[in-house]
Amino acid sequence: MVEALNMALHQEMDSDNDVLVLGADVGVDGGVFRVTEGLIEKFGEQRVIDTPLAEGAIVGTAIGMAAYGLKPICETQFSGFSYYAFQQLESHAARLRWRSRGTYHVPMVLRTPYAAGIRALEHHSESRETYWAHTPGLKMVIPSGPRNARALLLSAIRDPDPVVFYEAKSIYRAFSEDVPDEEETMPLGKAQVQREGADLTLISYGAMMRPTLEAAEILAEDDGIQAEVIDLLSISPLDHETVAASVSKTGRAVVVNEAPRSFSAASEVVARLVEKAFWYLEAPIRRVSAPDVMVPLFAYEQAYLPDTKRVLRAARETLEA
Amino acid sequence: MPVATHLHNLQGEDMARKTIDLPYQIEYLSIFDEEGNLDEDLEPDISDDLLLDMHRCMLLSRRFDERMLNMQRQGRIGTFALVQGQEASQVGSVAVLQAEDWMVPSYRETAAIAWRGRQQPVETMVKLLLYNAGFYQGSASEREEHNFPTSVPVSSQILHAVGLAYGSKYREAGEVVMVYFGDGATSEGDFHEAMNFGSVFQTPTIFVCQNNQWAISIPREEQTESKTLAQKALGYGMPGIQVDGNDLLAVYAATQEAIARARKGDGPTMIECVTYRLSLHTTADDPTRYREDEEVERWAEREPLTRIQNYLKQKELLDDKAIEKLEDEIKAQIKDAVEEFENRSEELKDQALTMFEHIYAEIPAYLQEQRDELAIELEGASSE
Repeated sequence: MVEALNMALHQEMDSDNDVLVLGADVGVDGGVFRVTEGLIEKFGEQRVIDTPLAEGAIVGTAIGMAAYGLKPICETQFSGFSYYAFQQLESHAARLRWRSRGTYHVPMVLRTPYAAGIRALEHHSESRETYWAHTPGLKMVIPSGPRNARALLLSAIRDPDPVVFYEAKSIYRAFSEDVPDEEETMPLGKAQVQREGADLTLISYGAMMRPTLEAAEILAEDDGIQAEVIDLLSISPLDHETVAASVSKTGRAVVVNEAPRSFSAASEVVARLVEKAFWYLEAPIRRVSAPDVMVPLFAYEQAYLPDTKRVLRAARETLEA
Repeated sequence: MPVATHLHNLQGEDMARKTIDLPYQIEYLSIFDEEGNLDEDLEPDISDDLLLDMHRCMLLSRRFDERMLNMQRQGRIGTFALVQGQEASQVGSVAVLQAEDWMVPSYRETAAIAWRGRQQPVETMVKLLLYNAGFYQGSASEREEHNFPTSVPVSSQILHAVGLAYGSKYREAGEVVMVYFGDGATSEGDFHEAMNFGSVFQTPTIFVCQNNQWAISIPREEQTESKTLAQKALGYGMPGIQVDGNDLLAVYAATQEAIARARKGDGPTMIECVTYRLSLHTTADDPTRYREDEEVERWAEREPLTRIQNYLKQKELLDDKAIEKLEDEIKAQIKDAVEEFENRSEELKDQALTMFEHIYAEIPAYLQEQRDELAIELEGASSE
C-alpha cells in the first residue's frame, strides 16, 4: 500500500503544480513510512516541505495554502499526534467554506497512519475516525488495500473539500495487489461490495477488511453460507444506500471495526440500518469492535484487536438468531 | 545564526560558562504623541488625501461602533467585540496594504474591515450588522477582495496568514498577508507556531499584535512576564517592533517598513501596537469588575482619534467645521446602513434552510434527506 500511495502522490504532483506535500520528515527522509519517498528529489523543497515539528501548524498552514488556491497534502506521522491539529480541523478546515459562504474552500488532504497491530508505542495505534466523521464539513476516508488506496488518494486530492485520509499501518506492507499504471480514481462517499452473497452482510473498512473477508471465506467453505462483504471506504459521507440495499436483501448484518465500540462508525452504520432497513431485519445487528478501552501497549494488542474468529462467532450467532 | 556557532564551539576546545551574544533589541516608535509633539525627522511622507481618508475611516469606525453598541442594547443585534480606542492600530497598518494584498482579521477588526471596504462604506457596514445580528450572509465576500472572514478562536487565524503568504510566495504573486490578533493571543500555541513557520519559510506575513492591555479581565502584565510582546519575534529570528498604537503615523511608518521587507522577500515582521481597549471586551462584558475608571481615563487622554485630528489641524488639513461636516456625512451613511440592514435581515429571516449550503461543495444524499426533513418541520411550524 505504501508504494501505491507513493505512486498516487508522484502522479498527481506530476500533473498538477498546485499540489504540495508538507509535514515533518516528508522530504529528505521520505516520510517515516516512506510514503513520500522520492518526491523532494523530483519536485523540490518548495513543493515537498519539511516543516518544523508542530502538527497544528502543519494543518493550519495547509488551510491557508488551500484557501489561497493550492492543494496541500499534509501529513501527521501518526493519527495519535493529529490532535494538536484538532482546533484547525474542527474550527477552520471544516468551516471555512461555510463561514465565507463559499468564497473560500479548503481542498486539502490530511494523510495520517492509524490503527493497531504493529507493536508500536503508546498513541501510535488508535482508531479515532469518529472524531473527524462527527465534524460536518470534513470528509473521512479509509482505504483497505493498495489499489483502492491509490484511487481514493487521487480522488481525495482532487476533492474540493477537506479530507482526513487514514492509512492503516498494519496493511502498509501486509499484502500486495496489482495497481494499474493508468489513472484510476474512486468516488468518495461510495462503499464497495467486495464479495456478493445472499445470507448475511458483513460491513467493515480499513485493516479490518482482511479478517472480515477471511471470515466470509470460512463461512462459505465450512458453513455453506454466502456472506456479502461491504467495504465502506468513506466513513463520511457514509454510503448507507449500499449498506441498506444489501441488508434489505440478506436480513442480517455484522459491522466490524477496530475502534472503541461506543459512538463509533459501527454505531452509525447500525443506526442507519435501523432507520432504513428495520423491516427487513431477521436478527439483531451485531458489532464486532474493540472494547471501550485504550489500545493496550503491544503485549496485549492482539487480544484487543478483533480478528477472524470474533467475526465468525458474531456471524454465526446472527445466522442462528 | 550566531547561536549555533557558539554552541558548537562550546563543545570543542573551550568548555566554559560563556555569554552567547544575541545582537537583538526592540525599537519603540512614536512620532506624534498625545501632547501634540511631532518628531519631524520621523514623520512619514503620507499624502494629504491618504491622511484624510485614514482619519475618515477612523471616525466612521468609532461612530459605527457606538451605534452598534446602542443597537445591541436595544436587542437589534447580538454580541460583538468593540473596537473603540484601537482605530489607529488598525487603520494605520491596513492602509499600507495594496488592494491585492490579504487581510486576515480576528473578531475586533471593525476599523480594518471598514478600511478594506471603504469604496462601499454602507455595504460594508450592512454586512457587519448582518453578521453581528446572527446572519452568516454578512460573512460573505468577493474572493478578489482578499479579505478573510472573521475568526473567533483566539490566535487560530494566524496560521492561515502564513499559509496564504506561502501561497503568494509559491506563485510569485507579490502579495503580502496581514494578520491581526491581540495580546491574549500571544499566549496561545498557534501564535508561536505561526511565528515559527512564517520565519522558517520566510513568508511575506505581517503579524500585527494589538496589545490593548486586557484579554477580557486578564491584564497585559499577567499575560506574560516578557517586557514587550514584540520581543517574542526575536525568539523566532524575526524582526519585531513596538509602536505607539494610538499614533497613526507611528503605526503607518512601522508597517511601511515591514511591508517593504516582506515584498523584497526578506520575510515576516511582528508589530506590537501598544493601544487600549477603551470600551467593553464584548457587549457581554462588564469591565468595572476588573479595572479602574482612572486607568480608562488616563488612556482616554491618549486615544487615537483626537490625536490624529490634532495632527491634521496642525497641518491645516482639517478644522472643527470640516470635522462637523464629516460627522454629518458619516451619520447619514450609518443611517443608510442600518435601514438597509433592517430590510435585508427581514428578507433573510425565513431562509434558515441555507444552513445546509456550503457544508460541502455538493450536498451529500444523507444531508439532503436531513434538509428535506427540516423543510417539512419548518413548513409545518409556519402554518401552525
